[in-house]
Amino acid sequence: MGLLSDPNRRRALINLLTRLNAPICAVCYIAGVAWFMGLAFEPFTLRTYMSENAMGSTMVEERFPAGERALATGREFAAHKKRAGGMPVDWLVKTMQSRGLEVFTQKFSRTLPFPDENKERYMVKGTNVYGILRAPRAPRTEALVLTAPCSPGDDNNQAVGLLLGLAQYFRNQIYWAKDIIFLVNEHDLIGMQAWLEGYHHTNTTGIDWSPLQGRGGSIQAALSLELSSDIITSLDLVLEGLNGQLPNLDLANLFYAFCQKIGVTCTIQGKLQRNDWDSVSGYSHAVQTMMLMVMKQASGRPWGDHGLFLRYHIEAATIKGINSFRQYKTDVTTVGRLLEGMYRKLNNLLERLHQSYFFYLMPSLSHFVSIGYYMPAFGLLAVILLLRALDLWVQLATPPVRTEDGIADLEQVTHSPPTIKLIPKETIPEVLSVLTPLVISHLTGAALYFFPIQFQATAVEHFPVSESEAVVLTAIAIYTAGLALPHNTHRYILTPDWRVLKLIAVLYMAVLLGCTALINFSLGFILALTLVPMAAFITPHRPKVLSAFIMVILSPACTLLFLVFFFQDLQEIPVSFEDGWMLFLSVISQGILDHSLYGSLVYPLIALMVYPCWLLFWNILFWK
Amino acid sequence: MAAPLTVVLIVAVTVRACLFRSSLADLIAERVEVVSPLNAWKRVVEGLALLDLGVSPYSGDVFHETPLIIYLFHFLVDYAEITFMLADVITAVALYYAVQDYNTQVLRQQKFALEAERLPLDSLELIRSPRQMYYIPLKVAMVYLLNPFTVLSCVAKSTCGLNNAIVALFILSTIKKNALLSAIFLALSTYQSIYPVTLCAPAVLYLLQRQYIPVNVRWASFWWFLLQYAFMYLGSLFVIICLSFFLLGSWDYLPSVYGFILSVPDLTPNIGLFWYFFAEMFEHFRLFFLCVFQINVFFYTIPLSIKLKEHPVFLIFMQLAVISIFKSYPTVGDIALYMSFLPVWSHLHRFLRNIFLVSCVLLACSALFPVLWHLWIYSGSANSNFYYAITLLFNVAQILLVSDYFYAFLRREHHLTYGLYLKRKDGSEATLVLK
Repeated sequence: MGLLSDPNRRRALINLLTRLNAPICAVCYIAGVAWFMGLAFEPFTLRTYMSENAMGSTMVEERFPAGERALATGREFAAHKKRAGGMPVDWLVKTMQSRGLEVFTQKFSRTLPFPDENKERYMVKGTNVYGILRAPRAPRTEALVLTAPCSPGDDNNQAVGLLLGLAQYFRNQIYWAKDIIFLVNEHDLIGMQAWLEGYHHTNTTGIDWSPLQGRGGSIQAALSLELSSDIITSLDLVLEGLNGQLPNLDLANLFYAFCQKIGVTCTIQGKLQRNDWDSVSGYSHAVQTMMLMVMKQASGRPWGDHGLFLRYHIEAATIKGINSFRQYKTDVTTVGRLLEGMYRKLNNLLERLHQSYFFYLMPSLSHFVSIGYYMPAFGLLAVILLLRALDLWVQLATPPVRTEDGIADLEQVTHSPPTIKLIPKETIPEVLSVLTPLVISHLTGAALYFFPIQFQATAVEHFPVSESEAVVLTAIAIYTAGLALPHNTHRYILTPDWRVLKLIAVLYMAVLLGCTALINFSLGFILALTLVPMAAFITPHRPKVLSAFIMVILSPACTLLFLVFFFQDLQEIPVSFEDGWMLFLSVISQGILDHSLYGSLVYPLIALMVYPCWLLFWNILFWK
Repeated sequence: MAAPLTVVLIVAVTVRACLFRSSLADLIAERVEVVSPLNAWKRVVEGLALLDLGVSPYSGDVFHETPLIIYLFHFLVDYAEITFMLADVITAVALYYAVQDYNTQVLRQQKFALEAERLPLDSLELIRSPRQMYYIPLKVAMVYLLNPFTVLSCVAKSTCGLNNAIVALFILSTIKKNALLSAIFLALSTYQSIYPVTLCAPAVLYLLQRQYIPVNVRWASFWWFLLQYAFMYLGSLFVIICLSFFLLGSWDYLPSVYGFILSVPDLTPNIGLFWYFFAEMFEHFRLFFLCVFQINVFFYTIPLSIKLKEHPVFLIFMQLAVISIFKSYPTVGDIALYMSFLPVWSHLHRFLRNIFLVSCVLLACSALFPVLWHLWIYSGSANSNFYYAITLLFNVAQILLVSDYFYAFLRREHHLTYGLYLKRKDGSEATLVLK
């Protein structure tokens, strides 16, 4: 308390902080970035370990024998799928029934706000088929889910085959203590959304679905399977779900443990793990893996069919079979044994997975960084904003020269101009004038949020563009139009001190980024990385053109554009500028679709909060 | 002056009416920061339903409001929204007139002091001018009505707004020197939530001051006034309690309301300090710590009244803050009430030391409450510790805020007696250090 109450020490501290403000900010920024890059360095990470006692060891005997038969079923499924031109509902129902499951179907339909050009769908109608294997050993209060999507074309037939094969095999075992639900969902995430909403009887996104006729217990865990070839070389684990939510780390540990035991090559983000962490290439490999995870998490979209389960407190992951040109091949029987082992372990759970971490980043499948280690990287960036705010506060407070002790020079007080008085309550007009840019930039944000979808019909009518292009281009147009605003807002206000506005903007950004980083660290960190330096050093006195250019470069939309290229680069499929631009447009439309279809929060966050906040700084730059 | 007040009132009512009509109202009514088990509208509706069925509303463990409230809403349930808006308006108007009266009085005292030349010369810059103070009542009303905390509380139809209105009327009648009304409203607010009983100290001090009776145990008139006030207070409390008994026909409500407030059986998370502490505690320590926590609310009355016996209105502010920080089921509506007094002390700003830090923390915490709640309850990835950490920080910030104002107030008084520029014995400039 000495620091808070002793005026001399406070004065010393505040002097230090204001005098060295810029260097401290720079050091903090560099330290934050360095800390973040250090997270991928193996000695700084923790080895993964199983925290859940019920899944403690991999001591299970996997006996799944019927890989070949599963492939045959898969081929049969493919034939029926081709004949039906979609989901072969009757065949699936019959097959599942013949395997001794209780089978139910669910119809759903959904009209997208605008046509999705990536997946070529607009008015979606489909059917989910699921079979429940009732637990023979326990009251049916808990359930596990295994899903495989029924994808268009020749994809994922093997996954459905394996799912049916596993169903048949599981049916004959007596040790199940939880219901196991085998789900084949149509139209990937839309079907999954319909099924989950039906299962939990909620309706959050306005999709039409018929009620489920049969239910199991409360779902404890779910795996989604994607398998498109008879032989695979490796299995890839996908964890990132809606809004950057991740399943409990124990689920990843479980997968890793069984891959080790059975001897399947496993990857995360499509990257193998390497042992040479002390070499430069090994380290950069880990950084790339982690960056991929950060970017996927920041996008806030579900990266596999598992992504929507997480919203319902269900730990879920997607397992993807990958067939590349590696030497070592794995057949479907082995994948089946792996899944059998995992389900038997999940079957042992006595309570929901909660022992291990929910907030983590993985530089490789065997190592992770927990929230306690990565938050300081964000904290160091956020501190910059607070330091700038403190500096501004002191600047605003000093003009009537007064000592920190509260004793002011009499003459200075009486002669100081009234605008510089710091107490907002004493100068209501000043606060109101700061309100104007706040309100206007938020209205622009609201326009960015509502107009693209509202006015797509008008746009299509007047311009030669498709609906989804219309939506994206309207969004970009509104975004750019927002930049013209400072000239308009300025005429009406009473020219108060720009520092008042900047103080408010800096605090606003600090709170906004802090909250974002808590929910979705990656998004918060990426935004902080670009917005914080901009926010820290923008004043009206900088060279206008250069600063404006830098601000635009660091604005959320440009950040997204860079990330698109960076992401492609990391995935080792670099794109030309034009392709990158097209990708950028499709990413925006996907973001808007994700928001309206699944309730992803990234688009509203950017449109309603981050962009207006950025506009405030734009306002400050053009302050007259 | 009436015109700006009307504008503020119209704006406030419009904002509330819009929010009542929007889909946000249901969302807000569920927030644990805004409603507590004591004052949730959902529970009042439940109580009303039970009453209509002819069952005692206190027979379950849901309803914990007082009988007068439930009979009030028995008639007004269809006009609930208007009632709550009206309560906020009454609070604001009462505070407006109370502060206006208080300010004229402050100016008068200051004038006497100046004429008597009691003030040291170099503290003249601490003198407050009527022009500075002209807008303070309006600001008080505005801060109360447009404070997001009040708006949330009103939109959630938390009965906290009614309690605030009663407390505001108590403050008004005290400042207007009406001892009887003051005692009645104090009894009413005590009846509503017990804790305002500590406000009797500032009320008595204020009324004594205005009747020029010294606070001195050897004066008969002091004791006589105290007796009068106690009689009026206890009498009206007795009448209200008996009235509740006759309305309800049983004493059920006593354990269900006051037992509930004092023994804190409901540990739903809120912005207070009780829930986590008592959820974590071993059962056999519970009674002991319950006493410690509850005494905490009442105990500060004694030292504060001794220290601030010359400044009862500031004492009211301090008491309201202490109650809203340490009470067992606090909501943001309680905070809004004492925060509306902050403009009255705007002349203390030059002596405040942590106001920037504290307001940043309060702001950040208010934003973090829903975020951490979401992470804990909906995503299941965080846990109660995260939420409680923010609660703790929020309360520490409030305590710092209040103690900062307390320090600043005392400091200004000190300067008014000893001059602004303190000298050490050797003639060098001195600084005041709080240790």
